[in-house]
Amino acid sequence: MTYFAKPRLLRPDTPRNSLGYTRRDYEGAISTLCAGCGHDSISAAVVQACFDLEIEPHRVAKLSGIGCSSKTPDYFLGNSHGFNTTHGRMPSVLTGAALANRDLLYLGVSGDGDSASIGIGQFAHAMRRGVNMTYIVENNGVYGLTKGQFSATADKGSKSKRGVVNNDTPIDLVALALQLGASYVARSFSGDKEQLIPLIKGAMRHRGPAFIDVISPCVTFNNHAGSTKSYDYVREHNEAVNRLDVILPRDKINASYPPGSLRRVVQHDGSILNLRKLDQDYDPSDRIGAMNHLQERQALGEIVTGLLFVDSSAEELHRHLNTVEKPLNQLGDAYLCPGSKALEALNASLRRS
Amino acid sequence: MSTNVTKAIRRSNDFVIKFANVNGSGSASANELFARAIINMGVPVAPRNIFPSNIQGMPTWYEMRVSASGWLGRRGGCDLMVAMNPQTWDRDIAELESGGYLVYDSTKTLPRSRFREDITVLGVPLTEICNREYTDPRQRQLFKNIMYVGSLTALLDIEFAVVEKLIAEQYRGKDKLIGANVNALRLGYDYARTHLDCPIGLRVERSDGVGDRIFVNGNDACGLGAVYGGATVAAWYPITPSTSVIEAFSGYCRKFRTDPDNGMARYAVVQAEDELASIGMVIGAAWNGARAFTATSGPGISLMQEFFGLAYFAEVPVVVFDVQRGGPSTGMPTRTQQSDLISCAYASHGDTKHVLLFPEDPYECFTLGAQAFDLADRLQTPVFVLLDLDIGMNDRLCQPFDWDDQRRYDRGKVMSADDLEAGKNFGRYLDVDGDGIPWRTIPGTHPNKGAFFSRGTTRNAYAKYSETGTDYVYNMERLRRKFETAKSLLPAPVLRRASQPSRFGAIYYGSTGPAMDEAYALLKKQGIEIDALRVRAFPFANEIIDFINEHDYIFVVEQNENGQLRMLLINEGEIDPKRLFRVLHYDGTPITAGFISGRIADILAALKVKIPSLVTPALSPNRQQVAS
Ligand SMILES: Cc1ncc(C[n+]2csc(CCOP(=O)(O)OP(=O)(O)O)c2C)c(N)n1
Ligand code: SF4
Ligand SMILES: [Mg+2]
Repeated sequence: MTYFAKPRLLRPDTPRNSLGYTRRDYEGAISTLCAGCGHDSISAAVVQACFDLEIEPHRVAKLSGIGCSSKTPDYFLGNSHGFNTTHGRMPSVLTGAALANRDLLYLGVSGDGDSASIGIGQFAHAMRRGVNMTYIVENNGVYGLTKGQFSATADKGSKSKRGVVNNDTPIDLVALALQLGASYVARSFSGDKEQLIPLIKGAMRHRGPAFIDVISPCVTFNNHAGSTKSYDYVREHNEAVNRLDVILPRDKINASYPPGSLRRVVQHDGSILNLRKLDQDYDPSDRIGAMNHLQERQALGEIVTGLLFVDSSAEELHRHLNTVEKPLNQLGDAYLCPGSKALEALNASLRRS
Repeated sequence: MSTNVTKAIRRSNDFVIKFANVNGSGSASANELFARAIINMGVPVAPRNIFPSNIQGMPTWYEMRVSASGWLGRRGGCDLMVAMNPQTWDRDIAELESGGYLVYDSTKTLPRSRFREDITVLGVPLTEICNREYTDPRQRQLFKNIMYVGSLTALLDIEFAVVEKLIAEQYRGKDKLIGANVNALRLGYDYARTHLDCPIGLRVERSDGVGDRIFVNGNDACGLGAVYGGATVAAWYPITPSTSVIEAFSGYCRKFRTDPDNGMARYAVVQAEDELASIGMVIGAAWNGARAFTATSGPGISLMQEFFGLAYFAEVPVVVFDVQRGGPSTGMPTRTQQSDLISCAYASHGDTKHVLLFPEDPYECFTLGAQAFDLADRLQTPVFVLLDLDIGMNDRLCQPFDWDDQRRYDRGKVMSADDLEAGKNFGRYLDVDGDGIPWRTIPGTHPNKGAFFSRGTTRNAYAKYSETGTDYVYNMERLRRKFETAKSLLPAPVLRRASQPSRFGAIYYGSTGPAMDEAYALLKKQGIEIDALRVRAFPFANEIIDFINEHDYIFVVEQNENGQLRMLLINEGEIDPKRLFRVLHYDGTPITAGFISGRIADILAALKVKIPSLVTPALSPNRQQVAS
């Protein structure tokens, strides 16, 4: 496989955001994934979300583990630095990057094998540490890149392409994220970009660990009858609790919502999450309620999607560490080195008196 | 008791005292106070903690070598035993040199059979005095320790005022504590003066052998070196004997890196969930332009292997302090070894090679520790600072730390937004300067120039994914050039030439230094003149290979069983293995001069090498019999 650059021909009427960037400025290399792979739709959603949010591409750092899903950061945000790390260990590398420069937006992209199997420890600890990031798992229930073995999110009883039945209990990353203190938790479906794009936008404007589990069918190894991660199965069992509109501070609010149908969440940066209720009783500010709801519906075979939990007052890792406002990677020698005088005093204290 | 020992050892400023204590009994600070008292008398000491992997209740020893000549290596043997642990009584008594001295708690009378005839026994009823003076059980325990320091002060003829002053400094501002401690000290002192023959044959006499040296441990110095080296991110997972590197870094950061205006931290320390995560965080931070490090020991190094390969191949500048301990596996966590050279030098799968630095003492822990960050940035690769428990966790007299205020951090080849704007050709893995070191950009530098995708997978010179053989080979050859460049940037070896041309050369590194210095003198006394070369870095400077080629016999002195430096020399220098003789010490205790000189003399004898000036050595009583 070799790298394919995209042709850069632009029509004069190509839409630009207020920074003057076109969608193309948020794209990356041409994808080498299988045609129809759910992951490509997620890449497209990321491009659209960043275009809509008018993010300067270089203000994003994208990190991933290993897998088909983890390859995707090469296929979007070509003007952003990216780091394809090791299998299951993206969360730690992202954490370190976030420590070095608190001013960038960190986008972690991973797979279900990457995050729920080999990397479940790092996934859990990045969530509980409160790293300020958007963490997307492109969940297809299998290891795509190693040709279709079950991953830890494969549902009990689901069948592999070769007919093998999975007997192990699945790990639900959404449930884990909720329990571990993620402050923005969502589930979506790569086949539903109307739902997915706003969820990514909301996450990128969120402060604290934002997690999105995106069910993303693997057309090559897990899209058959008997799979619970196929396009058909997910469409049939998708139960969205709400629909999200992300309103930026600069936006004029002109949409009107019927009374009682809307829940409004103001995030720390002034962005507004307008949640159109699909389930009247669902309360996305109630962590425990969300966990219960999820368990109940899951038992009925439903796939609950939408913005499941958000806490816009949450704090993040830098706050816990009380680090200075200026990014650590920009502190010059004078801020870092105590110099020879301090050393002389120290020597004196370590010397015979 | 037996004060009529015929051949009691009589030596001033040159002996070994050992304290046999129970872990967690508060003895450590009393023992350290005693070491400092001797230093304040102007006499060099080298103390070593010999402790179990346990928090409370197990035996622990504090062994202190007092040496007017300034030898800081372990000597072995013991001239004065302070036997405070009934559990280890028999072996402690047995360990004493003939003519040695025993100080013990004589509250309970022990049968004569529990002692030796050839030692001087000095009983102080410590428990009895404590029970009389104190009611609180904790005080009884703690002051017992200070009390034996008081008795030793009298027995060894140390000036009382010197110890008193140290206590006053230690508890400055807490007058009550000063009074109580000095009182306990006085009780022990007075008892010895009244009931025992003071001073004994071992004495501390005022001297000027300490000079302006400082007394500090290597882990502390590494933490300080990381502060001076500009590290802002530290991620770690607790493991003996490296934990105190991070504790020191955090402590010095609180002191030096707290913003005076708002109390905020100019650093971040994260205790990770394991070593995989700690090195991952360090790689992420370094990739993102912060100076970052971790501190660990052997088991952590093993866990980090895959990530070392990524950092090597993606060319991320990270610093790793490896405080080595006895391996393999959990091995001897509280004992010293130099046994991680191979696992660090070629860490990770695939063709890798890493920069290693070998500090000899706390001074070099500081200096090389700080320099490691410049080297990592300059070379864009992991740099390992390999120290060990012996230097890391024991206070050692060393040259005072120094820093040149004119010095600026060398951040290496980093392209700025202006460089990119000016149209500089940026290829992340392009060798534009011929030194194998490419240019890099830090995330967030420029809106549409200079971004690249880092990966452990093959790529072309412009960081684009490629599985083409020629791209891969280009990269590997460039990495090899980079490591050639590294040789010229690394700290040079330290050579000590014999007074006359010698056919013998010794190569050593790290904590072996002090014992080697002394062995050099011992051998010279026996008429064996050798040249000695202290290696300070890997990949090896050409002069190291030249040194080997210039000598007929090379002794490689190290503290592991594999002969790991020897393996590296053979491999990297294409040396005939037959020319490199192993002098290996690996029982977990620090190597001694007696061991080195004995081993070298034995090898020469076995080879029947004729040395015209050879003086038959009197067999040292302390020569350890550790086979190689
Ligand atoms: C340490 C390690 N073990 C195994 C592999 C092989 N491997 C590559 S990708 C992968 C699974 C990826 O699964 P997932 O994260 O679900 O990604 P997908 O391909 O399904 O998108 C495995 C096991 C590896 N790269 N590294
Ligand atoms: S194997 Fe599956 S996950 Fe991988 S690219 Fe193909 S469809 Fe996507
Ligand atoms: Mg998968």
